[in-house]
Amino acid sequence: MNKPLRRIALFCGLLILALLIRNNYLQYVKADDLADDDENRRVNIARYSTPRGDIIVEGKAITGSVESESGDYKYKRTWTNGPMWAPVTGYSSQAFGANQLEKLEDGILTGNDDRLFFRNTLDMLTGKQKEGGSVVTTLSAAAQKAAYEGLGDKKGAVAAIDPSTGKILALVSTPSYDPSKFAGTSNKDAEAWNAVQKKNNPDDPMLNRALREVYPPGSTFKVVTAAAALENGEVSGIDDATKTPDPYQLPETTGKPLTNQHGECKNASLKYALMVSCNTVFAKLADNVGNEKMIEQAEKFGFNNPELDTPVRAAQSVYPEDNRPQNAMDGIGQASNRATPLQMAMVAAAVANDGKLMKPYMVDQLKAPNLDTIETNDPEELSQAVSAETAQKLQQMMEAVVNDPQGTGSSARIDGATVGGKTGTAQHGLNNSEKPYAWFISYAKLSDGSSPVAVAVVVEDGAANRDDISGGGLAGPIARDVMKAVIDSKK
Amino acid sequence: MSSTSHTSTHHTSTIGSIGAPSRRNTELGLLVFAVVIPVFAYANVGLALDDEVPAGLLSYGLGLGLLAGLGHLAVRKFAPYADPLLLPLATLLNGLGLVVIWRLDQSKRLQARAEYFEAAPRQLLYSAMGITLLVVVLLLLKDHRVLQRYTYISMAGALFLLILPLVPGLGANVYGAKIWIKIPGLGTLQPGEFAKIALAVFFAGYLMVKRDALALASRRFMGLYLPRGRDLGPILVVWVMSILILVFETDLGTSLLFFGMFVIMLYVATERTSWIVFGLLMSAVGAVGVASFEPHIQTRVQAWLDPMREFTLSREGVRDGIIHSEQAMEALWAFGSGGTLGTGLGQGNSDLIGFAANSDFILATFGEELGLAGVMAILLIYGLIVERGIRTALAARDPFGKLLAVGLSGAFALQVFVVAGGVMGLIPLTGMTLPFLAYGGSSVLANWALIGILLRISDTARRPAPAPAPNPDAEMTQVVRPS
Repeated sequence: MNKPLRRIALFCGLLILALLIRNNYLQYVKADDLADDDENRRVNIARYSTPRGDIIVEGKAITGSVESESGDYKYKRTWTNGPMWAPVTGYSSQAFGANQLEKLEDGILTGNDDRLFFRNTLDMLTGKQKEGGSVVTTLSAAAQKAAYEGLGDKKGAVAAIDPSTGKILALVSTPSYDPSKFAGTSNKDAEAWNAVQKKNNPDDPMLNRALREVYPPGSTFKVVTAAAALENGEVSGIDDATKTPDPYQLPETTGKPLTNQHGECKNASLKYALMVSCNTVFAKLADNVGNEKMIEQAEKFGFNNPELDTPVRAAQSVYPEDNRPQNAMDGIGQASNRATPLQMAMVAAAVANDGKLMKPYMVDQLKAPNLDTIETNDPEELSQAVSAETAQKLQQMMEAVVNDPQGTGSSARIDGATVGGKTGTAQHGLNNSEKPYAWFISYAKLSDGSSPVAVAVVVEDGAANRDDISGGGLAGPIARDVMKAVIDSKK
Repeated sequence: MSSTSHTSTHHTSTIGSIGAPSRRNTELGLLVFAVVIPVFAYANVGLALDDEVPAGLLSYGLGLGLLAGLGHLAVRKFAPYADPLLLPLATLLNGLGLVVIWRLDQSKRLQARAEYFEAAPRQLLYSAMGITLLVVVLLLLKDHRVLQRYTYISMAGALFLLILPLVPGLGANVYGAKIWIKIPGLGTLQPGEFAKIALAVFFAGYLMVKRDALALASRRFMGLYLPRGRDLGPILVVWVMSILILVFETDLGTSLLFFGMFVIMLYVATERTSWIVFGLLMSAVGAVGVASFEPHIQTRVQAWLDPMREFTLSREGVRDGIIHSEQAMEALWAFGSGGTLGTGLGQGNSDLIGFAANSDFILATFGEELGLAGVMAILLIYGLIVERGIRTALAARDPFGKLLAVGLSGAFALQVFVVAGGVMGLIPLTGMTLPFLAYGGSSVLANWALIGILLRISDTARRPAPAPAPNPDAEMTQVVRPS
């Protein structure tokens, strides 16, 4: 009987061997995949086991961490003025995950980032509790506040950037949500979460309109069309008369011709046309430039970029390939081109920065728990959107929009600074039946010629008034307050 | 072929030879480790959970030491030539199991569950009863061959035990498997654990008598020795029995265990490879056949193939008449999160498994808190116990002892494989517990009894024989050293 016994011994050995191999597969080969699986609760338990690092604005934390009452998670995230800052920070919830900076910089905030590994190991040896690092943003508290208060109860968004560096100064979206309300795991948190979901709330407060929503840019796009016309030699001088009929029959169409809201737009100069926002002039110019060159110019300003990361990825602003009548209407921002508020702020910023478009970013530095700098983001040039010469001409025209008595943007004037801007009223919906979006894009220049801020404001459901003025009337004062806040905080 | 006389001048030594050292002091030395290691583990858990050495450390250490000492003294007195490794290995596993059960008792998450109770004190009681049972086995069973007399009584007893969970009012359906019985006031019992031993006794007695008929009267066909039709009878009976267990108690593990044990013993008894082929074919047919209509088995197989899907279904509370469980996936996460060295005792989150974390799924806690290293060590300890059991079978001088030892060891190995493999996702999960580690009175008692029987057989095998073994079947293993 001993021969089969030896074989059984071998067989039992193989059973144990199979277990050992499986065990190695599970705990060595697949260990990291399993340990870091999003559904694995340990990931969240570890995330909230130590006080989370903070997100910093101008040296002050806009986030915090409190001891949590729920069993599994030791700490809970808090925000100071959550609704105002939510479009910047995003949320970090024990039950519902995280997004935006809270998610993208989670490694630094929890202290699990590889760059903190050595420090963590030292802390472990000395018995110190693990701490999270901090994320220092580029934002301006004053600008953010001005934008948030300016929008008030209205639905809309504001994006402000520093033209010379691309630093994002304000990023506001309303209606907003308070991430503190659902940071935990209780039933109350679940209710608060459900209340702000799009399916339960048509206003969609969780949508970050400044970055993640695209709007028809309306007349503010005329700045881009003007740039394309100047760059492509369709217009030589901004004061020269253009050959434009009024009304203007769109190419290849027989329907109702395009008209203007106000002003004497027949053969108007480029400067005058921008000042009073002539539709006919810019539609014709867009047609003269042609779809291909229009796309080229729009892309130089940042359109059609699917991966614009701030580091939170912005929705893609588009200027599509279109037929002639559509392309002409794209020239006045009323066809199939779309832009995020951030994108239109980039247009204003590039003009203010002598044609140079800087990459917008909102994380200045990542810091270790002991405040050592781990990473610094430097300004980065995206493209030369227009030549310096063209930029100067665009500035002259945009400043006329604000300063000329006939201009549509007088509401954005600031004492002691030169403001250039452009209003817009984007009609949308079937047969333009919906309430229009009021737009305003602008920049401010100081007496030394430097430009500290460019801003884009959009107010949804602005007014029943389809007048171009509504852009200046509703959105203009908000833009002015944001720019003023930045200028004042520089003093 | 066999050597029954031996003098020290020869360069031939024989396992089980006359004059072999008793190795009782080796056992005592190993037992010290088997007690000290769990005591350190216990202190470790306390330090990790409450930053202090647990208050019960001394009594736990003394208790475990006392139990181990009792076992050791009984072996020294009643089975002086028994294998020196079995008792320390089992004690070590039992001690570590107690520590981890106590650790899971401290879990806030498990305390919040409705079925929570402090399991460690009960397990300590079961362990004491188990070692007492070991002593009783050694005391009463002076010679394992006595068991041969109870061949058919064992069969009846095993069948009775297996049918118990199906008795209305007595059986308990726990997560779909019906392998428990409820005894009011005492808790639940898993009769299958005891049936395992009774069946091994029956198979050993039956096969010892029938082995010649089964082995020799066969026809050769395609290189295999096919048994005669009437000799196929018993294998069919056992096969049908395991299928019935599968159908009525819906437990793949128990079914596989009994059938596997029978095939192993049949193969050892007859030395015919054809029986293994038959065994594998029949278990495959049986398992696939039953799985095709039994929803509980299907769920287990689905959970094995795609544990994440099962987790999601359970999370979403899908009610489709099948119990979806998060446990399989939670166990895998526990293992993965443990990694190579583990989180350290008391610092993992294996309690997320919830139900049965300290019984069926206890290996996952070892996996998370002691890591790959710890689980490999545990598996190797199981491997050692099995191989010591088979070595006992090799050394045994009588066919009954050989068959019984290999049956018990084989069943032990299969059980470890089925449970550990199930928890680690190597095979579908079944409702059995890991011997000695897992919480459960039946399991602890039955496995201590199993160790007791193995100790008895090894004692008989290694004991200096006063006279040549009377049985011509007894083979000896020779190790010839070149002089």
